Formats: sequence, C-alpha cells, structure tokens
Amino acid sequence: MTTDVQGLGAGDSKLRDPRVRAIIYQILVIVLFVAFVAYVGSNTAENLEKRGIASGLGFLQQPSGFGIGIVLIMDYSSQTSTHFDVLLIGIINTLAVSISGIFLATIIGFIFGVLRLSKNWVVNKISAVYIEVVRNIPLLVQLLFWYFAVLGVLPLVKESLQIGDNFYVNNRGINFPSIIPSEGFWVIPVALILAIVIGVFISKWAKKRQDLTGQTFPVFWTTVGLIIVLPTIAALIMGLPYTIDYPNFGRFGIKGGWVLEPEFLALWIGLSVYTGAFIAEIVRSGINSVSHGQTEAANSLGIRAGLAMRLVVLPQALRVIVPPLTSQYLNLVKNSSLATAIGYADITAIFAGTSLNQTGQAIEVIGITMLFYLSISLIISMFMNWYNKRIALVER
Amino acid sequence: MKKAIFIAVAASATLLATAATAGTLDDVKAKGFIQCGVTTGLAGFAAPNNDGKWEGFDVDFCRSMAAAIFADPDKVKYTPTTAKERFTALQSGEIDVLARNTTWTFSRDVNLGFEFVGVNYYDGQGFMVKKALGVKSALELDGARVCLQSGTTTELNLADYFTANGMKYDSVLFDTADEVREAYMQDTCDVYTTDQSGLYAQRSVIADPEAHIVLPEIISKEPLGPLVRHGDNQWGDIARWTLNAMIAGEEHNISSANVDDLKANTKNPGIARILGTSGDLGEQLGLSKEFAYNIIKMVGNYGESFSKNLGEGTPLNIARGLNAQWNKGGILYTPPMR
Repeated sequence: MTTDVQGLGAGDSKLRDPRVRAIIYQILVIVLFVAFVAYVGSNTAENLEKRGIASGLGFLQQPSGFGIGIVLIMDYSSQTSTHFDVLLIGIINTLAVSISGIFLATIIGFIFGVLRLSKNWVVNKISAVYIEVVRNIPLLVQLLFWYFAVLGVLPLVKESLQIGDNFYVNNRGINFPSIIPSEGFWVIPVALILAIVIGVFISKWAKKRQDLTGQTFPVFWTTVGLIIVLPTIAALIMGLPYTIDYPNFGRFGIKGGWVLEPEFLALWIGLSVYTGAFIAEIVRSGINSVSHGQTEAANSLGIRAGLAMRLVVLPQALRVIVPPLTSQYLNLVKNSSLATAIGYADITAIFAGTSLNQTGQAIEVIGITMLFYLSISLIISMFMNWYNKRIALVER
Repeated sequence: MKKAIFIAVAASATLLATAATAGTLDDVKAKGFIQCGVTTGLAGFAAPNNDGKWEGFDVDFCRSMAAAIFADPDKVKYTPTTAKERFTALQSGEIDVLARNTTWTFSRDVNLGFEFVGVNYYDGQGFMVKKALGVKSALELDGARVCLQSGTTTELNLADYFTANGMKYDSVLFDTADEVREAYMQDTCDVYTTDQSGLYAQRSVIADPEAHIVLPEIISKEPLGPLVRHGDNQWGDIARWTLNAMIAGEEHNISSANVDDLKANTKNPGIARILGTSGDLGEQLGLSKEFAYNIIKMVGNYGESFSKNLGEGTPLNIARGLNAQWNKGGILYTPPMR
C-alpha cells in the first residue's frame, strides 16, 4: 500500500490520502472547466441577444448573392446558390490547392533533399542556396512575390506567349484546350480505374514471383502502358465521346478552354516552393540518419548505387522522414489560407471572408471554418500515421 | 484545503459576474479617447499623411466626435480595418464607432446589430476601365475580369447587375483597396469596381490618371455613413448629432472662420441654439453646451471638410452633386437642431 507514504496512521483525515485528493482535484478541474465553458457560452449568447445579432445556422440556406472567381466541379450562380454552396466551393478550392501543393512540394523536397547530399559542389550549393533563401523569407511575402512580381509581369493577354497551337501564357494565367464530355464519356474514367486496379494486381503477383523465383518483372512500365492503352481503346470503341474546346481571343482576354488562373498558380507554386524547402531538409536529415554501413553492406552484396538508395537507404530513411513530413503537409494545408492576400477563392477568403461579412455571423462561420481545417488536418495525420506504421521497422 | 476553497470562491464569483457594460460614453471618457475604425487607406476619406497623421473626410468625423466629447479633436485613436474586418471590430467593441465609407443597408442595420447614425456621403457603385480598351458603357463588359474588394456591398451589386443584364464576369477578390488597385494596374483584370468616390480616390493616386475612365453607369445606391453598435442609444445620439451639427453648420453658414464671431454676436436664434449660447442641446446629449461650437471651431462644417478632402482643387476633384445641401440642389438634409 502506498497510502502511508507520509507515515501517518489511521484516524487521519481522508483528505490526506493522495488517491482521494487526486480524485477530488480531478473532479474540481472538470467542474471548473465545464463551468468556464458554460459561462463563456451563456455570456456570448446573452451579448448577441442584447445587441440584436442573429445567430444559428439558418444563414447557410440564404442565397449568397455574390460572384466567385474560381469554381471547380460545382455549378454556381450568385442568385440561386446559397452560403452553403459557398462553403462547399471554398472547401473544394482549398483542397484543390492543398493536394496539388502537397504533391509538388513532395517532389521538390525529395529532389532538392537528395541534391543537397550530392558530392558535386555546384549542385550541392544550388540546393543549399534554395533551401536557405526560401526557408527564411515569410510565406506571405513569397506569395506576393509570385503573384505580383513573377506572374504579374508575364505578357499582357493580347501579347500572350503562344506555345504550340492552342496553349497560351499571359498575366491572366495559362490557357489550354479543354475536353467537354459527351454521351458515353464515363467509359474512359472506368477504363482508367480498371488499368490502375490491374496494375496493383500485377505488382502483387510480380512480388510473389520474385520471392519465389528471383525473376523480376517490369511492373512500372507495364502499368504505364495499361494506363495509356486501356482508356485509348475505350475512347476509340465509343467513337471519341467528347469534344475539344479551344481557347480563342475574345473582347476581354481569352475565352474557351481551361485556364489556370494566376491566383491559383501563385498560391500553388508559392506553397510548394516554400514547403519544399523544409521537406528537402527533412529528406536530407532522414538519409543522413541511415548508417553509412548500410550502404557499404549493400555495395558489398553487389547492389548498384541507385538500387541501394531505393531498396536499402530510403526505406530506412522514411521512418525518420515521415513524422516531420506530416507536419509539413499540415502546415501547407493551413498556410493555404493566405490565399486571401492574392485573391484565390479558398474557404478563408470566400466563406470566412465574404459570407461572414454579408451575414455577420462571425461565431458560426469561424466555427465551421475551424472545424474544416481541424478535420482535414486530422485526416492527413491519420493517413500519415497509418503509412508510418506500415513502413515502421518490424522487429523480428 | 485553503487553496481549493479559494478556487471554488473565485469560480463562483466568475459565474455570478454578468456581462455588465457601462455606457460607451462613460467608457470613452474613462479611457480619454475615441477608438475610431477607418479604412486601411483610401485617399481623401482616411489615409495617413506624410507625417503619419490620419487625414480625410471620414477621419474628420472621428475628430468631430472627439471635439464634441473632449473639446479636443486629437483625442482619437484610429484602427485601420479592412472591409471584411470592420463589422467584427465594431461588434466586439474593439472600436467605438466605425467611420469607413460603409453603405447603410437593411441587413447591416437590423441583422448585424448596428445603428447607422446618418449619411455623410451619397454614393453609387461605378466601374473604371483603361481607356485603351475602348469601352464606353458598363453594358459592354460581358465576359470581363473584374477586380474588387471582398466583404462589401460591391460584390452583391456587381452580381445583381450582371445577372439583370444577362452578362457574365470573373471576379477576383482582395482584402484591401490597395491590393485591388495593384492588380488592376497590372492588368490582371479589365475592370475595377467600387463606389464612385473610391474610384476617383484610387484614380487620384495612380501614375497616369488620364489613361483610365470611370464609366457613366451608376449601378447602385450607396448611402455611406458612420455607425455604432445597436443598443446604446445615448452613444448613437452623440454620433448622429455630431454629423448633423456639421451639416447644420454648413446650412447656417457657420464655418471655422466665423464661428467665434457668430457665437458672440449672432441675433439668429437658430444659430445661437446650435452654438450653445441659448438652450441646452449639448447637455441633453450628456455633453457640454458647446459641443457643436467645438466641432465647427476645431474641425469645420460639412462643406469645409468636403472641400478640404474631396472637393475641387483636391486630387480627387469630386463635385458636390447629390452631397450638396438640400436648398442647393443636393439631398443633404439634417433634421432641425432645436
């Protein structure tokens, strides 16, 4: 028993019992916390009431009444769409830039991380300069740089750079032809998914075969071939179920086709370059953490340098890389809220910005926005934790 | 044990404490200055001058309130707010009054919990384009890319106008007027839209004002005015009658130049009431009798403020138009001060 640590005998107050005291303190803390939350909540409600400020989520059903510059997937009209649609568009736009940003930042990070370890002095220093410069300038400044100083000084629309027949670059973005689906188009994405599924099976089969017989199989190129060939066959069978919309010059700028707006480009590039620099350092430290003996062991077994990196060093380095990498992904998603400075229509700009302002329901709108960022961050964490577990060292 | 009791007492004390708030006037007097919300910088309305002091038409309103309350127009602290932040700043009590060319609308007055105290500038939304584009009317803007400030009635009017005329547009939203101007100047958009006064203000600070035209169409009514929180009627009255005193001053030809003379010698009972030599209008507001005298003496009447900041001879060069007195062809009309 540990009750008598202070050497006090029976008959002493129960309050001297550390276990009882611990329970009392915990109850006290919980009561205080609940009371605090209740106090803040009722105080807020009372003050809202007193100032005649409406509350509740009814505003989500009201028509929004304003235009949004960048709308993906959904249809949006200022007259019929609601603030809820604004929320969805904000979420889609935030996810679009976050996912493409994570993708590009990872590529940039891994390339520069590996280059940073190069024995070639020039390559090494280029990578070092990139990392040190980019990591030490605030992201907002960099975004403004990309938006105003880089994309802003591209040629005017009428003097667009033309690449090929239908590809234009100007200060309003990058224009290229778009594919407009017609009847039977669904076959093509289905064929694409089928190709990927077959690819997964082939890779499993190839691994099993290699384990059994030692023979390798060109899984990568087979899958790439499938991904190209299957949808093409599907498209030909259905008689090309789409039309192509080419960009052409209208009175104001270029009409038709798809356009990557400068707001999106600036945010995407800015976030990727910034986060990429941090990822590069993480990758470098990860690779450095793998003992040089591992490389030497691989070499002594006759494994080529490239393969040794891919099969021996990187899998071990990943265990060090993945946890901090997760933080960088989370940072990138949260930093995307700086979009509002350069006019990209993300959730912070249009929902926590315009919708909040038009409805005035700051508490609800900010609450929903916070909930969104929290959910996305937790989902990314969960996924990365799962991946981390999967690649973790299996003790035998 | 003692500690636990202490915590419990503190907690219950916190619970029992209600959100008691004194009147805004008392708060303002206690802290010794007015916290006034203004724009982040719009030439003519509110912008820091070369010495870093805030100047402009809306700033003059803040200074008038300080003159009315403290007999010192400099007892103001300014909070620059973006269009998006301004309402939250006022709701949360961060600022005492918002003088930031804000349009008086139904939902802002009712749903957001504010009290508009009057109109200090009758405005309307317009469009500015580069002359080189060859556009003569807003009806030719179908398909244009439009730059504007987020969190404004501008966004709503723009959507309404283009829908009503069966036109399409792409909008690019920014937080501050300066960012919008920067994007417009870089030709990221074809059109800059905001209230016409704002367009004139922005055109006055760009390098080559002659290369840009403000299109003739005015697509909305924008009565701009100062506002306070709903529910503190005394504070609302002070703000309302500060504005009205400026307008009444011009109506009765009381200016900063002749106010001392009129105060001493006027035979006009209307002017005597305004200047506090007869009656107790100021005291009814909880201020001194001379509140209107102080405003006109220290800041000037409406007309003086207008011509100093916005009128002909300033870079903005805005005609009085609708903002002339009701007996001079405008719609500026204050209720009688009696």
